[in-house]
Amino acid sequence: MNDNQNTPLLEVRNLVVNFYTRGGVVQASRGVSFQVGHGQTLGIVGESGSGKSVAVQAVMGLISNPGRIEGGDIFFMGQSLLDPAGRKFVRKVRGKDIAMIFQDPMTSLNPVFTIGTQITEVLRHHLGMNRDQARKRAMDLLGLVDINAPEKRLKQYPYEMSGGMRQRVMIAMALACEPRLIIADEPTTALDVTIQAQILELLADLQQRLAVSVILITHDLGVVAQLCHRVAVMYAGRIVEVGDADQVFASPVHPYTKGLIRATPRLDVVTERMVSIDGVPPDLISPPQGCAFSPRCDQAENACLRPQTLTPLGDDRHVSCWCAIKGDTR
Amino acid sequence: MIGQKDIVTSRAAKEVAAGPPLICVKDLRVIFDAGRAGFWGRKRLQVHAVEKVSFDIHPGETLGLVGESGSGKSTTGRAILGRVPITSGTIFFQDKEITHAGKEMVRALSRYMQLVFQDPYASLNPRMKIVDIVAEPLLVHGLVKNTKEAAGEVAQLLELVGLPPDAGARYPHAFSGGQRQRVGIARALALKPQFIVADEPVSALDVSIRAQVVNLMQDLQARFGLAYLFIAHDLAVVRHISHRIAIMYAGNIVELADRHLIYESPVHPYTKALLSAVPVPDPPVQRARQRITCAGEAPNPMDPPAGCRFQSRCPHVTQTCRDTAPVLTSRRPGQTAACWNC
Repeated sequence: MNDNQNTPLLEVRNLVVNFYTRGGVVQASRGVSFQVGHGQTLGIVGESGSGKSVAVQAVMGLISNPGRIEGGDIFFMGQSLLDPAGRKFVRKVRGKDIAMIFQDPMTSLNPVFTIGTQITEVLRHHLGMNRDQARKRAMDLLGLVDINAPEKRLKQYPYEMSGGMRQRVMIAMALACEPRLIIADEPTTALDVTIQAQILELLADLQQRLAVSVILITHDLGVVAQLCHRVAVMYAGRIVEVGDADQVFASPVHPYTKGLIRATPRLDVVTERMVSIDGVPPDLISPPQGCAFSPRCDQAENACLRPQTLTPLGDDRHVSCWCAIKGDTR
Repeated sequence: MIGQKDIVTSRAAKEVAAGPPLICVKDLRVIFDAGRAGFWGRKRLQVHAVEKVSFDIHPGETLGLVGESGSGKSTTGRAILGRVPITSGTIFFQDKEITHAGKEMVRALSRYMQLVFQDPYASLNPRMKIVDIVAEPLLVHGLVKNTKEAAGEVAQLLELVGLPPDAGARYPHAFSGGQRQRVGIARALALKPQFIVADEPVSALDVSIRAQVVNLMQDLQARFGLAYLFIAHDLAVVRHISHRIAIMYAGNIVELADRHLIYESPVHPYTKALLSAVPVPDPPVQRARQRITCAGEAPNPMDPPAGCRFQSRCPHVTQTCRDTAPVLTSRRPGQTAACWNC
């Protein structure tokens, strides 16, 4: 393992994931590349079907039939997670150094076991603790995620807890093995806004205190604004723009990013009319040639039919748009 | 700061409000039976879903009804349409009492009041063609004898909601979420209603599509003078479409005000907490915002506390709040709130 600070903690390179369905081959991830640095929070935003979840499921090894990883590579601390020779490394890393928090805390906790059983299972499996050690550590973890009376909570079943409380338990389980990377897939989508605010605050606080890296998947630009250092915007199985969150929000370059920011209604701004992006996202069984956004883009021209890749545009920003590269329209 | 647009719409709202209300809900209470518990089932379980809710909706007006899950907002909408048994209170449509409308009356009323559902995937029958879905209300009400007779009208409706003319011949699966929601709206409009309850109509849609549907609903309102009860949990969307907004918490309306007052000068501590919890998609602005924390979670609807239902999470709670439930009282012109300490 390479623990050099210069190597990114996680690097996804040109990831291609296809799903073989009855209707045809769905190209869910069409060459996705991104990096996550140490102690950094990367937000991946996109609409439903943009491939944001597929990208991180590949990292966790959760792509199963009919899906197949058919290209690219994933490196964790410089070592490949897809290389068949590194199986042992992968088993050790997933769940221990990389932990995942899912969207729906009701379905990702087992309803027939107590919270305590489920947290201690992780500790005993990955860290080889005995019963007492694991129980003590589990109580500490619940305290860490601000759950009161941990002793009582350990004996409870998931149904006895509210959605917010269950998500806290999921976070505690993710933290159990002191991971270096936490992947949170829409962690607050199923929660009410006041509870969402509590959970986001908790995540931000833990991220800082424990210096973990976080990948946050969401469709809500507000959540990204609150939590993320960097942001990657996905559209139709590709990243169209990635860069420092403040800069991307302040001066988006890709027409889709611009449209998305304009279309997101804001509490603090009153506008005459909501702005929409005309048209609908493409079908990923037969995605359009070249830039997938071009059918909905008002700047589209012939050049947009050519295949394109993420191109650096100064200060850590990468964009995949011919018009932006040509004109640098900032 | 109050935006120019807000002043304009609030003036418009007042003009609308001059006439008699279209819908008048007073002290609405809905309690659901939830089975029995205890030794030999001696204890009856009841869910107090809606408790003493009152509001008016005028022709051409949109009332936004906002609240978190379980706050009773959907139940309120369904109660107006006669789809939920009402425990007490009254509901008037124009000057007719419809509180305990029977099957016949609900059917007759559906010519004037319609519902647009949240999930555009579950609310359209996958085995019916779009033309049959949109023509069904016309058939049910005997306005046409068969779908063929309705073809002209259906084509008009589809055009009205921005669907291609050949859409009628296709099945729901051929359409995206946003287009399906347009079908749902076309179906609701078929009988030329005066009032539409829209139950989270855009919550299931992606951001880029959401605005299309909201704009469509606004255009239709301007054209036909429709009144909407717009139920939502997204405060940012509600701000765009509503003239007035009611905030619900655990079955109660805690604040009801013209929309600019809700956003510019909220009174109730829950409204404040709710507004401050919505993240703003602008990192520097979001970092600078002060969040009003509101720890804890909503009370159990099977066993609501005496007094104010927000007491367990309220930073300003006093003994009065624990003893007596507050009612909506006027705070300034166009704004009412239910709170003892604000």
